[in-house]
Amino acid sequence: MHPSVTRTARLLGAGLRALLALTLVTGVLYPLLVTGVAQALFPGKANGSRVTADGRTVGSALVGQSYRLPARPGQEDPGPDPRWFQGRPADGLGENSRNTRYALVLSGATNLAADNPELVRRIRQAKAAVVADNSVPGHRVDPADVPADAVTSSGSGLDPDISPRYAALQVRRVAHENDLPVAAVRALVAEHTEGRTLGFLGEPRVNVLKLNIALKALVTRG
Amino acid sequence: MGPVLAGVLQLLALTGALALVHIPLGNHLARVYSGGRHWRVERWIYRAIGADPDAEMRWPAYLRGVLAFSAAGVLFLYLLQRLQGVLPGSLGFASVPPAQAFNTAVSFVTNTNWQSYYGEQTMGHVVQTAGLAVQNFVSAAVGMAVAVALVRGFARSERSGELGNFWTDLVRGITRVLVPLATVAAIVLAARGVIQNFSGIHEVGQFTGGSQQWNGGAVASQEAIKELGTNGGGYFNANSAHPFENPTPFTNLFEIFLILVIPFSLPRAFGLLVGSVRQGYAILAAMAAIWAGFAALMMWTEFAHHGPALEAAGGALEGKEVRFGIGGSSIFAVSTTLTSTGAVDSFHSSFTGLGGGITLLGMMLGEIAPGGVGSGLYGMLVMAVVAVFLAGLMVGRTPEYLGKKIGPREIKLAALYILITPALVLVGTALSVALPTPPHSALNSGAHGFSEVLYAFTSAANNNGSAFAGLNADTDWFNTATGLAMLFGRFLPMVFVLALAGSLGEQRPVAVTAGTLRTEKPLFTGVLVGAVLIVTGLTFFPALALGPLAEGLA
Repeated sequence: MHPSVTRTARLLGAGLRALLALTLVTGVLYPLLVTGVAQALFPGKANGSRVTADGRTVGSALVGQSYRLPARPGQEDPGPDPRWFQGRPADGLGENSRNTRYALVLSGATNLAADNPELVRRIRQAKAAVVADNSVPGHRVDPADVPADAVTSSGSGLDPDISPRYAALQVRRVAHENDLPVAAVRALVAEHTEGRTLGFLGEPRVNVLKLNIALKALVTRG
Repeated sequence: MGPVLAGVLQLLALTGALALVHIPLGNHLARVYSGGRHWRVERWIYRAIGADPDAEMRWPAYLRGVLAFSAAGVLFLYLLQRLQGVLPGSLGFASVPPAQAFNTAVSFVTNTNWQSYYGEQTMGHVVQTAGLAVQNFVSAAVGMAVAVALVRGFARSERSGELGNFWTDLVRGITRVLVPLATVAAIVLAARGVIQNFSGIHEVGQFTGGSQQWNGGAVASQEAIKELGTNGGGYFNANSAHPFENPTPFTNLFEIFLILVIPFSLPRAFGLLVGSVRQGYAILAAMAAIWAGFAALMMWTEFAHHGPALEAAGGALEGKEVRFGIGGSSIFAVSTTLTSTGAVDSFHSSFTGLGGGITLLGMMLGEIAPGGVGSGLYGMLVMAVVAVFLAGLMVGRTPEYLGKKIGPREIKLAALYILITPALVLVGTALSVALPTPPHSALNSGAHGFSEVLYAFTSAANNNGSAFAGLNADTDWFNTATGLAMLFGRFLPMVFVLALAGSLGEQRPVAVTAGTLRTEKPLFTGVLVGAVLIVTGLTFFPALALGPLAEGLA
């Protein structure tokens, strides 16, 4: 064989051995060490921050979910269940197209541009729906009061939070649908509003799942 | 407190944290690459490689090491994906198709982490943890090694042209820098809610009944090195917008910190290695000025939310998470595109027209403010060579930098370095727009559709990896074309950098005289920032005018 071929082969061999040795360190030992520490110190968080209510798992505190009415046979989507607080739109969420024996949720955004007519149409439609859904007898929602997070899809499609303004907007509807005093529901929202971390990190927010669990408890207590 | 003030305070807190940490970390980096005893575990690795860790290499040998190691990386990662269907611990996921496996292998080895796949439905535990995450470590270590070789070219005065030992620099970058930092960072992230387990796909009950299927995964360990190594490839499709990758406002700022901490510490290490910390700070100041300016511009345009859809919504929250808000998302977007990271906590395609343009421009600057781990420093040093040359032309003196003369050979290598990435970006974009079928991949039409394609090649050739993700990049054309752009965009610049290092290392330093341009002074920082902006501006203005500027000014 030509000496340059032998030299290249020897060099590639060294590269491969380096890769395997470093794979052992960074691809086996490192993730196992981190998993061991995380599972020992904070197993709840390392396994997805699951929330239980009434003795069963109802989701993760970190991951948003939908609160829709149960579908009747032949019905596509019966729409939001007005008894529960609603999260943000999630138009970018998808279903898996590969390895389809699973039914996995594909996280994602719409990626529609700020000047895309389709996005403008969706936002107008969402705003009209928010106004219609949240107007109760004797109180009509002013479209100017609908905050941006109520009509836009998040980056992940799994945003667990809404803004305090969007929660406040839903208070009358939720109270009306559950026969609860408005003041009681408003107090519940206030209790579940989280301010900025350390006063300046992120934005104030309301975790929809935790709020709905508390709401359910309130409804059951009557 | 309003959201604008909160955003500014986050920017200040981040700056403060970086200002504190870059000193010890910069000192540590300088020590790591300055010889000293080998650790026992390192000696085991050198023995496995069959390398003498104390042998000095001239630039061709150093380059051969870089290329051989990276070629082995591409091959191994390609095979791992192609064999996934029969590998245990892969959730029963099928093998990845050839074009996509090639694209992904190249993408992770070149520190790009462009992803034409959906992580949660494509990659099992073994490929994610023992394949992709390993490249997150080693590609970053390769970047640092090449940067250190260039610094040695400036620093050494014995005319030998020796640049150190590639294997030693590679291994030490991992054992002494990346693994310790990533371990701490991963545990912090897991403590705040980032998942870290090896469970299979499992059902999780939902509030209104029924259940959802979830992936488990070693996410915290991957997330930490993904940011720290300026890689950016998400475990999940939504990347750092996914609550399991980035659950809280604190983790958001912490992840931005991880992205920036090594790139902003390397200039100090550089200063220490060339024997003048002030030279390092002149470079650092140029990086910091551009980064802070971009962050301020981004916040301004995102809070102003121009664009019909964002005005209809009353705020630029499309593609953004409530917990991060516009401030946190803006800082992340700027930091990820001014480094070679490409992780996202919000989706750039739905930013304002000008905001999207700022992310593009950040990458077009060559990702040098502060840039990728290692690649940011060597990119900025090449620009410093150009700036010194420009200044030399103005006063009619032979330019020199750090005591080394910048002659025809050096300036040719610097010019080649600067030309290669724009050539890849512009040719790739032009071909994609001109050929019959690739334009169908664009989700949006008009100026934004053009921006999607321009963004894809800018991101690939600069090894960023973020996307205007409306583009369907999982086609044979885009998998192949961006794959090649990533390869050439990573390794051709490295060839020129190492050749430059060799050329500098063969020179005897010249004495500082009254006529020497003082490159440690603020004036030079100003010249450097000017050179960066002018070179990029002249190269990319026509393309930017067709895309984001047309959209933003409409």
